[in-house]
Amino acid sequence: MAIERSINWGYSISRPRAVDMDANEHEAAARLLRKLPELQACITCGSCVATCTAGNLTEFNFRMVHTLVRRGEYKGAYDELNKCMLCGKCRLVCPRGINTRAVVMAVKRILGEY
Amino acid sequence: MTEKVIIIGGGVAGLQAAATLLELGLKPVVVEKTTHIGGKLNDWHKLFPSLTPASAVLAELKSRLEGVEILTGTEAAEITPRSVTMTDGRRMEADAVIVASGFDVFPAELKEEYGYGLYRNVYTTVDLERMFAEGRVHLHDGTAPRRVAFLHCVGSRDEKVDQRHCSRVCCITGVKQAMEIKAVFPGAEVYNFYMDIRMFGPGYEEMYREAQENYNIHFIRGRISEAGETQDRRIQIKAEDTLIGRPLKMTVDMLVLIVGMKAGRSNGALARCPGIELRPSRFAAPADSFCSNVYSGVPGIFYAGTVTAPKNVGESINEGVAAAVKAAGYIRSKP
Amino acid sequence: MRGASWKDYQKEIADDNYFYVRSCIRQNFFPGSEKAFLSILRDDLGKDVGEDLKHTSCTGIGYHTDIVPLETIMTVVARQFALMTEAGYENLTSSCITSFGIYTEMLETWHEFPETEERTREYLYKATGREFVKPRNVAHTSDVIYKHRGRIAAQGKVRLVNSVTGEPLKVVEHIGCHYAKLFPKKGVGGSEFPYVLAGMIEAWGGEVTDYPERRHCCGFGFRNYLVQANRGFSIANSQKKLESMSRYRPDFIVTNCPGCAMFLDKWQYTIAEMEGTIYGQDGRGIPVLTYEEMAGLVLGYDPWTLGMQMHQVAVEPLLDKLGIDYDPAAKYLGRNGKYLGVPDQGAVNMNCTSQPYMRTL
Repeated sequence: MAIERSINWGYSISRPRAVDMDANEHEAAARLLRKLPELQACITCGSCVATCTAGNLTEFNFRMVHTLVRRGEYKGAYDELNKCMLCGKCRLVCPRGINTRAVVMAVKRILGEY
Repeated sequence: MTEKVIIIGGGVAGLQAAATLLELGLKPVVVEKTTHIGGKLNDWHKLFPSLTPASAVLAELKSRLEGVEILTGTEAAEITPRSVTMTDGRRMEADAVIVASGFDVFPAELKEEYGYGLYRNVYTTVDLERMFAEGRVHLHDGTAPRRVAFLHCVGSRDEKVDQRHCSRVCCITGVKQAMEIKAVFPGAEVYNFYMDIRMFGPGYEEMYREAQENYNIHFIRGRISEAGETQDRRIQIKAEDTLIGRPLKMTVDMLVLIVGMKAGRSNGALARCPGIELRPSRFAAPADSFCSNVYSGVPGIFYAGTVTAPKNVGESINEGVAAAVKAAGYIRSKP
Repeated sequence: MRGASWKDYQKEIADDNYFYVRSCIRQNFFPGSEKAFLSILRDDLGKDVGEDLKHTSCTGIGYHTDIVPLETIMTVVARQFALMTEAGYENLTSSCITSFGIYTEMLETWHEFPETEERTREYLYKATGREFVKPRNVAHTSDVIYKHRGRIAAQGKVRLVNSVTGEPLKVVEHIGCHYAKLFPKKGVGGSEFPYVLAGMIEAWGGEVTDYPERRHCCGFGFRNYLVQANRGFSIANSQKKLESMSRYRPDFIVTNCPGCAMFLDKWQYTIAEMEGTIYGQDGRGIPVLTYEEMAGLVLGYDPWTLGMQMHQVAVEPLLDKLGIDYDPAAKYLGRNGKYLGVPDQGAVNMNCTSQPYMRTL
């Protein structure tokens, strides 16, 4: 029941930046992890990003994108992963043997709707 | 006459030292301050990474003790290389002393921001181990948890509680218990909040990977900054997910604090013996960390187990052997 | 409050003979509170409290907004101590949380770096010819009220209970960040579970409401509020707290910080205007009290003498719950009965100001 009058406050209430694990939907991430459980074994060493062809030229950060997806932060992930050139260098360097290309494709398929 | 060695502490290191001294033909006397031997192992359910029941290890150790004199309910107050005086005034002569007095579990109440002892669904790894041993893990109201968070490094690597050292075994304990929770409640979401994961022992890294890949345990790199109780007795936690650079908050049914090892209070009495040195962490400092790990620096006083630093069960038992052998050698080399 | 960890943090609070230093902003926002403190201490408890008109701002706001340099604030603090010394007092009690933090910080700095104290003495002497003795005891005024909470309870006429149901009122306590987050050992109960306000609430019959965002800052943060463009995240912090506490349906909030009392009160109006959300029972906002107001009500002071007409969130529903007898028509009468005028209707006091408030009990 906002009162009808116009006040120029000069600012608006800031929205929290926190990842809200209670509000986020986790089902899509769970589907991804059921398909590629090895993704949980990521120890965020950054080798994939260090070697990434696209990531050296753009803001694209594969590790960040899949970590965000695993927290239920899906917005923008699909578009980000479009930057991947699918060259596969990341898969060669991953010390945990994660099929990174499959992760890219699976995230895009599952999150196509987001 | 058989030479006598007093062993302070009836935990795994002390019991192994006693068994070894017996094999070597000496007379060990175990002085244990609580009412029964076995130390912390009495409180553990299964041991990482093999999930061997703690009771099996304890039974094995106890089976080697026939003929060992054990004084329970007896606490050492003053230690010299030739005698130990108890808190009740009794004094016992010896030819050597092995100090295997162990560690204390870090009291989680000291990390006030996590509300242990205040919020009903905040537990420690010790509490959880007891629940596993009792065969029933549940929330305060008796129901099953659907979302569980483990917090690593509670009372470790934290100068705010004067615990700057790494307690080593807590990482693997947290991983083991996370898997055990998942085994009991397959539908539950389990999150481990960590600063670093330090998997130092054989099979530990493999267990960590199994937790991630086969148990779908979520590892989030970031230390929980505070916990608060919600109206329905759940626990609201805040952390930073440092790998995405954003704060993160969530509500869990159960928060488990993975408590570290604190130097034993009994080290205070030990330190009164001239020549004995404590580290800044108040664990006892051995003569050196390479060839003299079980030497105190005072001839006739030896160390075994976590009196000197955080160690796992296997390492502590090995030191029981080493200290016993060195004590026997010391006695026999005397003119 | 459940648990006992606060018992590990006790501080020495002088029992009598206080030199009182006021806050810069409280006299505008909660003008009756400082007066109430003096009345309670002098008239109800028979204590000796001295003041000096020459006392100035501690310059804490300027210090925390990077305008006043450290050497300057140290010298200003030294001057306040000189006034105390000249007045013959040894115990300093500060009305403002920021000042309390400043006095504590300067004393600790002098302790750790004695050369800064020597330099400050020199500056002060050169500038004003004054000299000072460091206070024997520094307490916030909430510490002082806490210290005497038992006597206030014994002399009290009102308890913090619902006068109809007899149930204890649910009270949210909010502690200013500079009370114990700077020096946890200088606060009653430490920084995690401060007991200074909780102790008063419990002593006077209320029930402390714990809620997940209890420790969160109100969002003032000095430069974060003072720059208009930054106010969005100042208010967001208060909103986070209000959202979290409102689920517990608290009867009122009590704070010990000038800024917190102001923001938790006035932001409720802003949030209501901006987003239409009104917190509190019956959509009337959650009243925000200072601890002097709370103590004053307990001792039977008239709410309008305590200055409670200055609150953004109207206090009448709370006064009714407490069973306090007051004159609704006298709300906007100033000294000598002079009519002050009625403020415009605002989103969180609409039921109480534009028309005579209809008492429901």
